[in-house]
Amino acid sequence: MNYYWIGVATLTGIYMIAILGVSILTGFTGLFSMGHAGFMAIGAYTSALLTKTFHLPILVGVFFGMIAALIVGLIIGYPTLKLRGDYFVIATLGIGEVTKLLLENLQGFTGGARGLTDVPGGVTFPMVLCFLVVIIWGLSNFLRSKQGRNCIAVREEELATASIGADVTHYKMLAMGISCALCGISGALLAHYMEYLNPTMFNMVVSDQLVMTVILGGCGSLTGTIIASMILVPLPEILRFGAVQEWRMVFYGLLVVLVIIFKPSGLMGSKELSIEGIKKFIGRADKKGKER
Amino acid sequence: MFFQQLVNGLSIGSIYALMAVGYSLIYSLLNFTNFAHGITVTIGAFCTFFFLTYLVKNLFLGILIAVLIAGGLAMLIELLGYRPLLKKKARRIYLLITGLGISTMCENLVIISFSSRFRVYPVNFSNKSINLFGASIGQVDLIIFAVSITALILVDLFIRKTRAGLAIRGASFDLNTTSLMGVNVQMLILIVFMIAGALAGLAGALVGAKYTAFPTLGTNMTNKAFISSVFGGLGSIPGAVLGAMLLGVGETMISGYISSSMRDIFAYALLVIVLFVRPAGLMGKSMEDKA
Repeated sequence: MNYYWIGVATLTGIYMIAILGVSILTGFTGLFSMGHAGFMAIGAYTSALLTKTFHLPILVGVFFGMIAALIVGLIIGYPTLKLRGDYFVIATLGIGEVTKLLLENLQGFTGGARGLTDVPGGVTFPMVLCFLVVIIWGLSNFLRSKQGRNCIAVREEELATASIGADVTHYKMLAMGISCALCGISGALLAHYMEYLNPTMFNMVVSDQLVMTVILGGCGSLTGTIIASMILVPLPEILRFGAVQEWRMVFYGLLVVLVIIFKPSGLMGSKELSIEGIKKFIGRADKKGKER
Repeated sequence: MFFQQLVNGLSIGSIYALMAVGYSLIYSLLNFTNFAHGITVTIGAFCTFFFLTYLVKNLFLGILIAVLIAGGLAMLIELLGYRPLLKKKARRIYLLITGLGISTMCENLVIISFSSRFRVYPVNFSNKSINLFGASIGQVDLIIFAVSITALILVDLFIRKTRAGLAIRGASFDLNTTSLMGVNVQMLILIVFMIAGALAGLAGALVGAKYTAFPTLGTNMTNKAFISSVFGGLGSIPGAVLGAMLLGVGETMISGYISSSMRDIFAYALLVIVLFVRPAGLMGKSMEDKA
């Protein structure tokens, strides 16, 4: 039983890395992606095949998985992020689908739809936790840096950001790069944790869930994203019976629509959860209580 | 063989065209991708299936019902999902996310209510064929092609000859100015959604007749419609039709002469090439937004 919950926690951590990546892209920079599971797949298969064929250590595999996802992401971002309109969204949709199709059709290489077995394992919960701590620390610093603030500015008002001399396309590419790299890491860790890969592990439903978790957590809040992924990723494990999976997706969809219509800022809005913040909140609640 | 593949391609292409035109109509007015477009396709296919199975075995009546219900559903989606956001002048990304939410919700509701089985229409004519110039042409392909072309011509006439059509053309040029000219823009958007939904429902009913009806049908097919409209030029209606036809024919040729597993890869590869070489598409105008 205990092993089981550690497993759930490890998976949650792995997916959280990808969700944090999408949070930078969608939540902070305001770009919408429908295919980030494709970048997870690229990371996963790159790392799995490298470690399996050349017997490299898994961390080296994870590194190359990240690089591969990053390169593909930038190649897709380069022509589309310069353009206005929904070219970028459709391109990400395309990359998500084409990755899955290629994995299914390059049978000799990737195992096709039957999946890739005997992937070297060895990812443990403490290891995922280390990755998470470093990534969250890095991202929170990034968001407070000039680069990060410019990304947020692009989301808020693209034209104004361009008019004060910031290179909008550059910051969009930066956000795309970060999100793809994180999805690559997440996919690679998933490969070495599951020790088995299958193209359906990275289908469009996964991409949709990544985006929806970010939206529900709050566009522009790292802690919101973290809390939302801690609640929503283990949910299918907790609700493991009958047609519940479909109802869960119905519920997600409805929740996303309601949140966007009534509270577009999501769970946390652009606020971050911090110890000072909680103290302030309690202080305010106290004051209100006393006034009554 | 070639002629047979060509007709087959044109029939698939005309189905893509029905969806791509609805998508382009909405895009040209509101500048966003309607991700809830796929669900109207699925509903169209299922409506026809249930009508044919339980009520009357007449394909044309079934298609008519599908068109009406899908058009109504699209209007409902606009009223409940998009209108509150459009009124608030919400950012475009919120519209995309709402579309995604609606499509996820509806697709899974369809799976829950009808199960994810593949369903074949009880009226079967996919095996009937006609001899034409020495090639045997599937009757269903001819019906699909004729019905789609008729529908597209009707929509074209509506846009070019009626007052509402004039308003739509104006709104696609500049929505705000059109509303200042005294056009009820909310009503106009609703009409455009209705047309898009009706075309999508028609597409769904026809795909169901050619293949089968299943819950993820809409999502699978609309991806191709998105590709065709990028290929033809985002927001351009003649472009959408041309792109869809070329994509349909190209796909069938690839699967006929090379391998059927290359079909979808061809479609996505085409998308990538267009994005790199000529993102404005075949007939697109400038991609720069009016600021």
